[in-house]
Amino acid sequence: MKKAISLLLTLVLAAGSFALPTFAAEDKIQVTEDISVSADYDWTRFKGQGVSLNVYNWGLYISDGSDESVDVISAFEELTGIDINYTTFDTNESMYAKLKSGGAVYDVILPSDYMLGKMANEGMLLPLNKENIPNLAGISELYLDKEYDPGNVYSVPYMWCMVGITYNKDMVDEADLEQGWNLLWDPRYTGQILQFNNSRDCFAMALKTLGRSMNPTSTQDIDDALVKLQEQKPLVQAYVMDEVFDKMEGGEAALAPYYTGDGLTMIAENPSLGMFIPEEGTLQCVDAMCIPASSQNQEAAEMFINYMCEVDVALQNALFVQYTSPVEAVRELLPAELRDSELMYPDPALIERSEYPSVISDELNSAMDMAWSQMKSFDDTGNQWLVPVFLLVAIAMTVFNVWRRRARKKRRQMY
Amino acid sequence: MKKQHLAALQKVYLCLIFSFLYVPIAVMMVFSFNESKSRTLFTGFTLKWYKSLLHNEMILEALWLSLVVAFLAATVATILGVMASIGISGMKKRTQGVINTVSYLPVVNPEIITGVSLMMLFVVYVNVAHWLNSNPSVPGFLKFLPENIFGFGTLLIAHITFCVPYVIFNVAPKLRRMDVRMYEAALDLGCNPRQAFFKVVLPELMPAILSAFLISLTYSIDDFIISYFSCGTLQTLPIAIYSMTRKKVSPEINALSTIMFVAILCIILVSNALESRSYRKKRIKE
Repeated sequence: MKKAISLLLTLVLAAGSFALPTFAAEDKIQVTEDISVSADYDWTRFKGQGVSLNVYNWGLYISDGSDESVDVISAFEELTGIDINYTTFDTNESMYAKLKSGGAVYDVILPSDYMLGKMANEGMLLPLNKENIPNLAGISELYLDKEYDPGNVYSVPYMWCMVGITYNKDMVDEADLEQGWNLLWDPRYTGQILQFNNSRDCFAMALKTLGRSMNPTSTQDIDDALVKLQEQKPLVQAYVMDEVFDKMEGGEAALAPYYTGDGLTMIAENPSLGMFIPEEGTLQCVDAMCIPASSQNQEAAEMFINYMCEVDVALQNALFVQYTSPVEAVRELLPAELRDSELMYPDPALIERSEYPSVISDELNSAMDMAWSQMKSFDDTGNQWLVPVFLLVAIAMTVFNVWRRRARKKRRQMY
Repeated sequence: MKKQHLAALQKVYLCLIFSFLYVPIAVMMVFSFNESKSRTLFTGFTLKWYKSLLHNEMILEALWLSLVVAFLAATVATILGVMASIGISGMKKRTQGVINTVSYLPVVNPEIITGVSLMMLFVVYVNVAHWLNSNPSVPGFLKFLPENIFGFGTLLIAHITFCVPYVIFNVAPKLRRMDVRMYEAALDLGCNPRQAFFKVVLPELMPAILSAFLISLTYSIDDFIISYFSCGTLQTLPIAIYSMTRKKVSPEINALSTIMFVAILCIILVSNALESRSYRKKRIKE
């Protein structure tokens, strides 16, 4: 049944797209071989004014010309005459710290959902002037007006993905996939499970198996999830983030929850891998473009955001990053295996059942941090004695050394 | 018999130590020629990462920034450090000790403290400048301080700051071992103090100054933490590499590291060859 629906949807989308290129081709400005932008926008109003934009994005998260991709940044510079100073960060938290400390002024940043909500609450973002971002109209309804930014006052989504479970087809019985998230608690896969090294995602999964919302709402939720995670710990081979690529591609583990976009990358490297999204629903994540309150070039920054939502640009980025682009027209232009992928474009009903990480209170956040470190240090083997024993040995050696030196000194004095 | 065993053991130990030092680099070099992005499987030989490195503007810009900052910071720090050590050597023994300890502190201080405190200093400066520039009751001639300083300037100041102590600790011992009578003799033979400094003291110190310069250069290229807090919206090479780790370290980084390793190896080999040649020449002359 669901297959039939998705087939129907694909057909409808495909039918819609037949009309698109014909009228689009006329009013386009060709910037490079691969990139044309709509002519119905004043791209050149900052030309020759020496405007430069500081863009702060995740590492390896834009089509930058490496690995035979198209360089979308230099195409923007060529088109508009605006100079882009493009730099990258590795976590939401380090980006937040950098902005909060006042150590740098950025014009465009790309935080994830929950961090975006937090920054908006703290007044760190500028409301967007949507007249300067007409391409907002091309973004699918599925990704707009979400709880992290109601009405998209501050943000335009850039990339979207879900949390799914990667599995090795040679090691996992496909019938077991029915279990959904509980598969990660299945003792038959002891020592073959990789888990996120990140508290938010781990607690979300534990809460889901308890039948609750993936966002903790009370300290009771956190306590219960902690029990669940401690129960899982003996089954887990390691808590990892990007090491998951090597471990799964090298066949060192059987199961690993991770982001769908990255799952596609892993499957491309090693065809014996697969990925599925548990039917009961999952976390969805979005990275969105915003303008920090300290920016001095709001209009130019909005032009950059509008450019990033151009179909050709979004397509190149989607091809490079392999995450889902919220720009609707991109889907039809992707190669068939991505266009029809259940991972890149999951069933809308499944998206409906899924949640975004919400902004949680500081109190819950610190309770979760505490529980997380408690879980990580929770260990029923002898390892917990290693550190004190090591310390004792070190102290004993120091004492012995001091004693020997003193004895030698005494002996010398005797003669 | 026993001696033989011991010798074998020594060799094994030596091999072990050197493999710890060099196997990781060898692995990295091998994987810079890997066809796929994988860090575990070697799928085939390729030079494409070297080719795409030449087109990756972000990495190249970061490399360029790192090199420029390192060169400028090392030069300025060397000049400052040499002046400081000459000044210190002219002080009383007691003050010398105090000054040496004070300048040693930044070296043993955790880098993160240096980084954060430098950043806070810059932020305070920005706030003061902003207040001065925007307050109507401040007279106009005081409104000259630039507000937007985070960037190249702050990065350079930070790098000079942490390089100077290393220069002092390279040059000061050499200065202490130098014979003061050489300088006095130069004065006696008709040099003025400036000539005596440039003709006698400076050449004597040159090896120490050179090594101080090289150490500053490497520390500056190497530094991550202090740069991280003071670079504003710029990006040095270590910061660029670090921020890539969210997904995977691109094999381009392996290629870049291989090139840097080979370049440094060449410099060392050439300088050693030159040194041994001049040594041999000297011996022939004698």
